[in-house]
Amino acid sequence: MIGTDLQIILPEIVLSVFAMVALLGAVYTTKDKAAGLLVWGTAGIFVIVGLWIGTTGDETREAFAGSFVDDGFARFAKVLILFSAAAILLMSQEYLARRDLLRFEYPVLVTLAVVGMMVMVSAGDLIALYMGLELQSLALYVVASLRRDSVKSTEAGLKYFVLGALSSGLLLYGASLTYGYAGSTLFSDIVASSVDGVSLGLLFGLVFLCAGFAFKVSAAPFHMWTPDVYEGAPTPITAFFATAPKVAAMALFGRVMFDAFGVVVADWQQIVAFLSVVSMFLGSIAAIGQRNIKRLMAYSSITHMGFALMGLAAGTVLGVQAMLIYMAIYVVMNLGTFAFILSMEKDGMPVTDIDALQMYSAREPLKALAMLILLFSLAGVPPLVGFFGKLYVLRAAYDGGLAWLAVAGVVASVIGAFYYLRIVYFMYFGEEREPLDRNGSPVLWGVLMVSAAIMVFGVINLFGVEPLAAAAADTLVN
Amino acid sequence: MTPAAFAFYCFAVAALGGGLMTVVSRNPVHSVLWLILTFLSSAGLFVLLGAEFLAMLLMIVYVGAVMVLFLFVVMMLDVDFAALKGEMAKYMPLALLIGIILLMQLALAFGVWEFDVGAVERAANPVEDVYNTQGLGLVLYDRYFLLFQLAGLILLVAMIGAIVLTLRHRSDVKRQNVLAQMYRDPAKAMELKDVKPGQGL
Repeated sequence: MIGTDLQIILPEIVLSVFAMVALLGAVYTTKDKAAGLLVWGTAGIFVIVGLWIGTTGDETREAFAGSFVDDGFARFAKVLILFSAAAILLMSQEYLARRDLLRFEYPVLVTLAVVGMMVMVSAGDLIALYMGLELQSLALYVVASLRRDSVKSTEAGLKYFVLGALSSGLLLYGASLTYGYAGSTLFSDIVASSVDGVSLGLLFGLVFLCAGFAFKVSAAPFHMWTPDVYEGAPTPITAFFATAPKVAAMALFGRVMFDAFGVVVADWQQIVAFLSVVSMFLGSIAAIGQRNIKRLMAYSSITHMGFALMGLAAGTVLGVQAMLIYMAIYVVMNLGTFAFILSMEKDGMPVTDIDALQMYSAREPLKALAMLILLFSLAGVPPLVGFFGKLYVLRAAYDGGLAWLAVAGVVASVIGAFYYLRIVYFMYFGEEREPLDRNGSPVLWGVLMVSAAIMVFGVINLFGVEPLAAAAADTLVN
Repeated sequence: MTPAAFAFYCFAVAALGGGLMTVVSRNPVHSVLWLILTFLSSAGLFVLLGAEFLAMLLMIVYVGAVMVLFLFVVMMLDVDFAALKGEMAKYMPLALLIGIILLMQLALAFGVWEFDVGAVERAANPVEDVYNTQGLGLVLYDRYFLLFQLAGLILLVAMIGAIVLTLRHRSDVKRQNVLAQMYRDPAKAMELKDVKPGQGL
């Protein structure tokens, strides 16, 4: 029995063993001098494991009596997580090395965080869910304060840690209430216990669980940590926060709602719809006053999480499919945008003020054009891919009987377009300022150009993501 | 009242009282001692539930190791708790309001609490007729293998994190060189002199 179970969790085992071997290897040899090589190696392993997971069969397998589920939904999320983490590692290598922050523990911690995320999206049990979540969060708290001599970075790590612990407490309280009612931590048992309507105790558990998840996906009103952590953490780490963990937390949210509470959709639908509408408006309006591009991206991510939650709120197969497509598009857009932000420097120092971008197009027309495409896509301007992501979730919400939510989404999207377009305005029509450095490693340039190209050429068929997401959503909702 | 019920009320009151005193007592050392009382009472509650292994773990790990460490930290660190408490008083009304609302909600939830009909059956012991320790041994490396190993990974991350955030390699301190110590030749390192009585060197 244990042999077949181990076979199902083989990708996680491979990554964990790699992390431990890399850690020991680096400690006993050249320490931080090996870090650059290790970053590339880790990214390579991520890509290989991602391809491996993506090409293995399409059946649903369960391990350890149902506490670990390997289905199409989990595989879709895992591939997304692995590829985005690999891209972030490659993007961060040069930036961290130049600032003397490239320590060999960094790729090891990222690997362990990715293992945690993979367990999260495959969780079939409340304990497995919590274990995955903590493994991921703990590694993220550490990398947030990687620049340990900077007050802002340590503040970011500490704030993330304290608020993360609070949210874990809420989540655990919800889990214990759920367990108390159902008598089991397995999702399949919880769903069986709620077939004849939801009792008040289970409802309280559900609400606490939702609050915990909302914190992890940084949905308003549980978003307070996001801007400070995004601003304080080193920029490559911020880029990491904005991509892979968001996918994992959103997939986990969907998994718990459908696998454990799939028969009481009406009860959680209103909670998720509320989180969605508040996040969309708060993210759009609060970002208007931001001049720091990292804080701005934090509010932008809150808005985008609101849109992804709108797909979940629909409570249908189409809704889950829309959410997966939205997250895939969101990750690609964010990778490109952060590749641009990482290359913003003046005299070798990173710049985060958006005023520094004035008349950027005059000096680097190609990069400015790529950024323009990405910002338009983030704002959801047709015919770019970002527009189709929004279209999918709006259609899902409308079909799911939440027309008011779809209308609110359109309004929030229009408000949010303002601050993206302001950056474009600065880049093309601003006044002349001291120019930024003309640098940028080839990796950053490549990621920026590729993601901008995807935003343009993806409109043809979204690179085939749509049927994959549909198949993945089908395995979750049944 | 059966002896078990009597014991339950004793332990429950002690746990609640200890928890309250942990928060309100002025002296941090007293807080830690009250917390130890809370842990001991919870251990008693676990014994009443038939979870004797968990009770022993709570005593050995929490009371025996973690709380002693806490006590050392509280006594060694010079933290001005009075100042911290002063800050806290500002937010007290808001905290009280939120606390009371939460309490009312939970009273609502537990007032009409009912278990699912299948809950007792699902929560039943997976391994029948064995002691806790033996039962844990039977499932821990089998059904709960994944969770057990994940807990190990979490501890590994905690260890790496502590080292990453605090270790600084200083070049201005003398370090132990194990090889140099092992290959040290006594004949070269010291010289024996025969000191005659009444004479110096």
